[in-house]
Amino acid sequence: MRFVDEYRDPTAARALVAQITALAGDDEFKFMEVCGGHTHTIYRHGIEHILPASVELVHGPGCPVCVIPMGRVDDAIAVAKEPGVIFTSFGDMMRVPGSKGNLLKAKAEGADVRFVYSPLDALRIAVDNPDREVVFFAVGFETTAPSTAITLLQARARGVSNFSVFCNHVTIVPPIKAILESPDLRLNGFLGPGHVSTVVGQRPYRFVSAQYGKPLVTAGFEPLDILHAIAMLLTQIREGRCEIENQYSRVVREEGNPRALAILEEVFELRPHFEWRGLGFISQSALKLRSEFEQFDAELRYHVPGVRVADPKACQCGEVLKGVIKPWECKVFGTACTPETPIGTCMVSSEGACAAYYNFGRMHREAAVTLGRKSVTATL
Amino acid sequence: MTDVARKAGSTGREAAVFERIEAFRRRRPRLLDDVVTLAHGAGGKASAALLDAIFMPAFSNDSLAAQTDAAVLTLPSGDRLAFSTDSFVVKPLRFPGGSAGHLAVHGTVNDLAMMGASPLALSAAFVLEEGFPMDSLRAIVADMAEAAAAAGVPIVTGDTKVVDRGAADGMYISTSGVGVIPAGRELSAAKVADGDVVISSGMIGDHGTAVMLARGDLALDAEIVSDTAPLNELMECLLAAAPSTRWLRDATRGGVGTVCNELARACDLTVVLEEAALPVRPTVAAACELLGIDPLYVANEGKFVAVVAPAEAQAALTALREHPLGRDAVSIGQIRSEPPGIVVLLTAFGGTRIVDMLVGDPLPRIC
Repeated sequence: MRFVDEYRDPTAARALVAQITALAGDDEFKFMEVCGGHTHTIYRHGIEHILPASVELVHGPGCPVCVIPMGRVDDAIAVAKEPGVIFTSFGDMMRVPGSKGNLLKAKAEGADVRFVYSPLDALRIAVDNPDREVVFFAVGFETTAPSTAITLLQARARGVSNFSVFCNHVTIVPPIKAILESPDLRLNGFLGPGHVSTVVGQRPYRFVSAQYGKPLVTAGFEPLDILHAIAMLLTQIREGRCEIENQYSRVVREEGNPRALAILEEVFELRPHFEWRGLGFISQSALKLRSEFEQFDAELRYHVPGVRVADPKACQCGEVLKGVIKPWECKVFGTACTPETPIGTCMVSSEGACAAYYNFGRMHREAAVTLGRKSVTATL
Repeated sequence: MTDVARKAGSTGREAAVFERIEAFRRRRPRLLDDVVTLAHGAGGKASAALLDAIFMPAFSNDSLAAQTDAAVLTLPSGDRLAFSTDSFVVKPLRFPGGSAGHLAVHGTVNDLAMMGASPLALSAAFVLEEGFPMDSLRAIVADMAEAAAAAGVPIVTGDTKVVDRGAADGMYISTSGVGVIPAGRELSAAKVADGDVVISSGMIGDHGTAVMLARGDLALDAEIVSDTAPLNELMECLLAAAPSTRWLRDATRGGVGTVCNELARACDLTVVLEEAALPVRPTVAAACELLGIDPLYVANEGKFVAVVAPAEAQAALTALREHPLGRDAVSIGQIRSEPPGIVVLLTAFGGTRIVDMLVGDPLPRIC
């Protein structure tokens, strides 16, 4: 596949791993990949097993599904069960547990829940079903927020009155700040989120190096991108620099995407505070519809219970999201909490650290290295 | 504590967690739901739980307990019959490369063939929705007749029911089949051994991707054609060239990833797959990449995974490639002994990862 295979070339990977090994030397390094998409790439391609043991990747909070608290899922289910509602959602959210089941269960019990690949698909469903009310479950960072915004602008322009959005969009900087403030974490730097940066650019991260003295390299999502970004972080450290750099320059620009930012500004405003799963309330960390768009705001249109539900006691998603513990260190990992019966959100989304680790990474390092040493099909 | 000691301690604890998880995974899944969900039909863990909790205890017998593609029945004469059944609810009924009619024949013929059986006869039952166009029915039935003739299997008995408008989505088909297993032929996961070679009979992921795109709601356009085909002839070619073939399975619902997991569990060995060797068409790979779906889990309707003895692997591949349905046959991996019960993928990138059973159904109603 062109434009993909080039970024998965094993020869280039070996060269980068050699460079990383040389740069790391005898020291140990811990880098956090902020974005769940990176976590997925790291496990899907087995990157942890080819990195030297001295370089450890810590998984961060940037999985949009993982940070949605249980109470919001309960709210979504309540809206989905309203008579006449077609509730639309990204597929990932369907299996996220609320306090009493998930959207899939609501669907099996009779709610009209459909999964869509884009909020524009949800708008199309609204246009095609004028006698029904269509609600879109909006989640995600600045990556997906512009597509929700453009959908709302289209809905307004076309006068679609049976469409609304249950908005759960969040912003990337507050959780990074929360992690930097966290006393129990020693990190040497960050792999910055690629897709979010396509929209917000590089400037919002300046505080990471300026105030907290940590380097950050925005990285792409192919395996070579990840290795390259790690090499760039180590090079900065070895050269005594501490900067915000951009490895994903084929997509991310310094100023981001001004058009998308303008649309976000037009449609959304910051909420005073928003609850993050495992991280608690973080002020000015999420988006809501501006009053000009209140006719499209599902939270105003429907009775939303809005009850705060405490995370299950056994669940340590918060520590996993902050990178304080590895997925396997959670008490319920892989036994009470598995992809088919998830307790925590991190076990649901393919971008969740626990799901990625459970599905792809759950094997002994030595076994992985031994098996990976030689091709099994080359002789035929 | 020194860093080295801390690291060693952490590795040990991680290993203990793996053991706990493995023990937990080996427990049969439990049915916790109080209503049926789409996941129960997806062929993954939820389906296994449904089988275990509802069907197995009610019908309990030795043939059923083997949980193979087809039951093996021994006649008083000593001859062995394979017997299998399948139902077809694919949406849409027609897609590039075939229709529900083709699937209904191929699905059951292939289930028999994967037990090494030569298909003898099929039955066909139809559930039709009131208002279903007669022309559509005629066309689907013509497809079935064509597919049955091509596979060399007659449809010898059948049934028709009509339900109220809205009680079925157009039409559902159910077929059953019997086949004869030649004396001395035995395919079983128990025969699979360390060092055996894993073969795919061709390109993977075509059927599921074709049906998904045919639904038209993804706004993706690509020329991808279902691979639906009868595998009985190809199976005979393989077994003639590689008589000690251990195990066969058509990689339908859940794809190659799922059948390899079933194999790893059944033989308690490791299935090591090599990503770079997996045969996937560029169009299928690109569609899957865009949709975030792994071709390893996408359904096929005309491909099988075979495990053959290393000494016969080359002969097996040569024989398969001589048949039009096996042109792209290729070795995709090997059986190893450690770590048991799991599927490991050597990524094209040079890393390693697990290929687990799929949870949830990304593509319901694919067959």
